[in-house]
Amino acid sequence: MPVDVLAEVVANTHLSDDYSVLALAAPEIASKAAPGQFVMIKPSAGIEPLLRRPFSVFEILRDPSGTPTGLSILNKRVGVGTALLYSARPGDRLACLGPLGKPFTPVDAPTEAWMVAGGVGLAPFATLAESLVQRGTSATLFYGARRGADLFCTDVFDRLGIRLALATEDGSRGDAGFVTGSLERALAARAGGAAVHLYACGPTPMMRVVAELAVRHQCPCDVSLEQVMGCGMGGCYSCVVRARNGSGEWHFVRSCLAGPVFDSRDVAWEELGASH
Amino acid sequence: MPATSAADAVDLATAIGPLKLRNPFIAASGCFGYGVEYADTIDLSSLGAIVVKGLFLKEREGHPPPRIVETPAGMLNAIGLQGIGVRRFVAERLPELRARRAVVIVNVCGSSIEEYAEVSRILSDADGVAALELNISCPNIKEGGIQFGCSLAGTHDVVSAVRKVTRLPIMPKLTPNVTSVASFARAAEEAGADAVSLVNTFLAMAIDVETRRPKLSNVMGGLSGPAIRPIAVRMVYECKQLVKIPVVGMGGIMNASDALEFMIAGASAVQVGTANFVDPFIWHKLVDGLRDYMARHRIARVLDLVGSLDLSPRTVA
Repeated sequence: MPVDVLAEVVANTHLSDDYSVLALAAPEIASKAAPGQFVMIKPSAGIEPLLRRPFSVFEILRDPSGTPTGLSILNKRVGVGTALLYSARPGDRLACLGPLGKPFTPVDAPTEAWMVAGGVGLAPFATLAESLVQRGTSATLFYGARRGADLFCTDVFDRLGIRLALATEDGSRGDAGFVTGSLERALAARAGGAAVHLYACGPTPMMRVVAELAVRHQCPCDVSLEQVMGCGMGGCYSCVVRARNGSGEWHFVRSCLAGPVFDSRDVAWEELGASH
Repeated sequence: MPATSAADAVDLATAIGPLKLRNPFIAASGCFGYGVEYADTIDLSSLGAIVVKGLFLKEREGHPPPRIVETPAGMLNAIGLQGIGVRRFVAERLPELRARRAVVIVNVCGSSIEEYAEVSRILSDADGVAALELNISCPNIKEGGIQFGCSLAGTHDVVSAVRKVTRLPIMPKLTPNVTSVASFARAAEEAGADAVSLVNTFLAMAIDVETRRPKLSNVMGGLSGPAIRPIAVRMVYECKQLVKIPVVGMGGIMNASDALEFMIAGASAVQVGTANFVDPFIWHKLVDGLRDYMARHRIARVLDLVGSLDLSPRTVA
């Protein structure tokens, strides 16, 4: 059951000209949010822009005793709403609704968890990584961006003891090329059939390649899909994805309720690409 | 001293013809799923009524995404009436709505007069449907609805056909995409409608100039939100001048003050759609805002507000 809070901006740390980590005081949501869930944030109090925007919960913020005090989002400036959030200041108040959506299911040892993130698709993995570490599951983050300066927040994962496999398209940090190239090589080099569960979030072409690699290497794979959303509650039917249900039939399903996390084999990738 | 404040004492009850409502705030069709999506978040019985998503006889796929796009103070949608079909609704959704004591109005769709009548007949036989809203105004699909809603004879024929198969209150939902909405309200009244609801969305379009592609997969969509409110208020006012049956108003209502505009213009109740996307907890805020207004203006009953527009000459202060 989601709650709506008028959350105070605690900090808005600019990582670059486009990216920021926006921290919000929202203990009611933070204490209930599971890895992979999202919140709907209203970028302004008025009717311009009108709708809220969906964001994966990035970090759960805690006080020294470990009690959740709020959450952060990883914001990339792409339009009017995200530009307003990029320029939000501490003390501002933003309506924040959540937690929403179907979370990731963290896998248990001896299966390893390999997270694959592209750009702002890093967002859902900080909480997943935390949860995996708590369960004692060995975890690796494959994380790609255009250039080294766009690989953010790797310290969050370093602190948790997550192995990092970085890739940049310009070769300025980590492997040169797409992160899916690094993943493919690692899957091929896997020692003696170690079981791997893949988790992916990023641009649709990246996730599609991860989904194909998952099939080829016989790994289960969960993807977190980002769709245009009107309400986040199942009311508007705008965020649909063609997906396969339990009976094997393909339907438009609402990614806010059935997702945002989907089994990659249940997603009609060819249609997902066509809509963007 | 009375234990309750003036705001608690006001009477919010209203009616859409024979259907009594505890308050005038109704969730608009297409903006509230089948209602069950919100059942764990809000008290469904606290709304005046809910209008569930439009239903045909059969399941419908709807349009491919992108299905919505934001525009200044509004949004376009072209969902394409994705739906589970009336029989699955009755079997799988209605029982929960009944258990939650929701006042359920079903938005009835059809590709033919016969389909409207058949869907209406099935819903009339079901337990827990309070009224039927006839969708003759969806701008986003070719093969149904709007073809009837844009023709006076078509509007008359759909309403008459449904009137013959049901004793439930019927309320056609009118499109604003015609020259004179009021003439359609009158056609509906003459055919036996208990009320009319208006407006559905305005047919509209948005283009990505960088790619020169339409922003919606369906090219065109329906505009809703605050951007359309003044036009919708005018249309409600015009309809109320022409018909005696109750008018249910909607179009960009974001708060109690917006709702009051419609009611003063003549709406017996209002529907709220887009605002529910922005704030699913809006319903109690609307009720509180209306109570406060009525207490402040010493109005005891909502019904005293309906059509109370003051057109007396303005006096110079």
